[in-house]
Amino acid sequence: MKTWIRSVLFLGALAICGSGAAEAKDVLRIGSEGAYPPFNMIDKDGNLQGFDIDIAKALCAEMKVECKFVTQDWDGMIPGLLAKKYDAIVASMSDTPERRKAVAFTNRYYSNMLRFAAPKGTKLKPTAEGMKGKTIGAQRATIAAQFAKEKFKDSELKVYDTQENAWLDLGAGRTDAVLADMLVAYEWLNTPEGQNYAFLGDSFDIDDHIAIAVRKQDKDLTKKLNAAIDAIRANGTYAKINAKYFPFDIY
Amino acid sequence: MEDIIERLPEMLIGAVTTVELTLLALAFGICLAVPAALARTSRRWWMRVVPYAYIFVFRGSPLLVQMFLLYYGLSQFEWIRSSTLWPILKQPYWCAVIAFALNTGAYTAEILRGGIQSIPKGEIEAARACGMSPGLMMRRIVLPRAFRIAWPAYGNEVIFMLKGSALASTITLLDITGMARSIIAENYLSLEFFGLAGVLYLLISWVFMRILKIVEVHLSAHLAPAPQVPATSE
Repeated sequence: MKTWIRSVLFLGALAICGSGAAEAKDVLRIGSEGAYPPFNMIDKDGNLQGFDIDIAKALCAEMKVECKFVTQDWDGMIPGLLAKKYDAIVASMSDTPERRKAVAFTNRYYSNMLRFAAPKGTKLKPTAEGMKGKTIGAQRATIAAQFAKEKFKDSELKVYDTQENAWLDLGAGRTDAVLADMLVAYEWLNTPEGQNYAFLGDSFDIDDHIAIAVRKQDKDLTKKLNAAIDAIRANGTYAKINAKYFPFDIY
Repeated sequence: MEDIIERLPEMLIGAVTTVELTLLALAFGICLAVPAALARTSRRWWMRVVPYAYIFVFRGSPLLVQMFLLYYGLSQFEWIRSSTLWPILKQPYWCAVIAFALNTGAYTAEILRGGIQSIPKGEIEAARACGMSPGLMMRRIVLPRAFRIAWPAYGNEVIFMLKGSALASTITLLDITGMARSIIAENYLSLEFFGLAGVLYLLISWVFMRILKIVEVHLSAHLAPAPQVPATSE
């Protein structure tokens, strides 16, 4: 009798351990920021939402794994990946040579351009000359911040921890214009807060590909993600997600 | 290493900002703390109410929240943006100084209150017996004694303020932390530059501690062991 109970307990324990291990294998942990609407933001229930998140979910579905999301502040994003807090970054991260020193990137899942947003009817010109002595806002550790630093040397650059704070300060008049990803600016200009603001001049094409960052040694994961991106582009899932956020193709 | 040497000047500019913010905050903080502590120890209840509320609010809520309310919060109101205060509140530098000063002022007021309340009753009675007016007694007896008693605890507050000033980096200021974060955003050398930031903070707090110690020795010279008269060797 006793042996019987013991063996049941043993088998039970084995089953629990076994299922735990099997589950751990099929989970892909994804790091995102949650402060970059419409690409990633946190909804009223505290869950991540947005274009990045929808794409990540579609990719997970394609790869038949479970997505688990981890929120992480932007400037700790790459360190968090390297510290294995998550396995992939789907947070509208641009593929750059500097970042490639630290991490590997998949193929792009959308492209980005930069554009100024400024008060409607401003006399500013979006050139180095026109922005001389003016204050430009941008998010810290982004292409926009780097671009502003390099191309608008005679302007004062203010860097913010989140894009939302950059908008707040534009609204408060502390900056003359904000340089940001065009799609992010588009989203803000469509909010009530952004109604007195508009794009300033044309967008800057910066050959900026947004891709998923993974650890360099995870070559297999990179391959799988690339295959999944191709698959959702081909089967129309991507177009559906795209249409939910933008009236134009952003690939 | 080359990266560190190349970016060191920027980090030192950040260090200057950190020291400036800390010293300004401490200076304004003391100006707030002295009247607050005196009113807080008053025997009249209506004198105690305002400083009590001030200390309660600023000691009881996070410094980061106070700073965000001041910087991002106030600027949401149109009437603030068109008021005469806006030229000051527009600048992140002064927002940080004001938030830090209000915060350290609340803590310092409590530290001073402790000092005032631990002055032996006899000394106050002696001052009264000599016929000192309340004002004179404050100036000659209460405040000097309270400062002497509270000084070591105040030293803690100074160091806390120095480290707390790192929060200025969240409202676009390039202090040591802000500068380090901006540099790391470009080259991803987080270990190196946060390490350097830590070393700079350590150096600054070491200097602060030395100064505090010197002042402490000066304030309580009467408690130091009597100087030894060297024995004449014969």
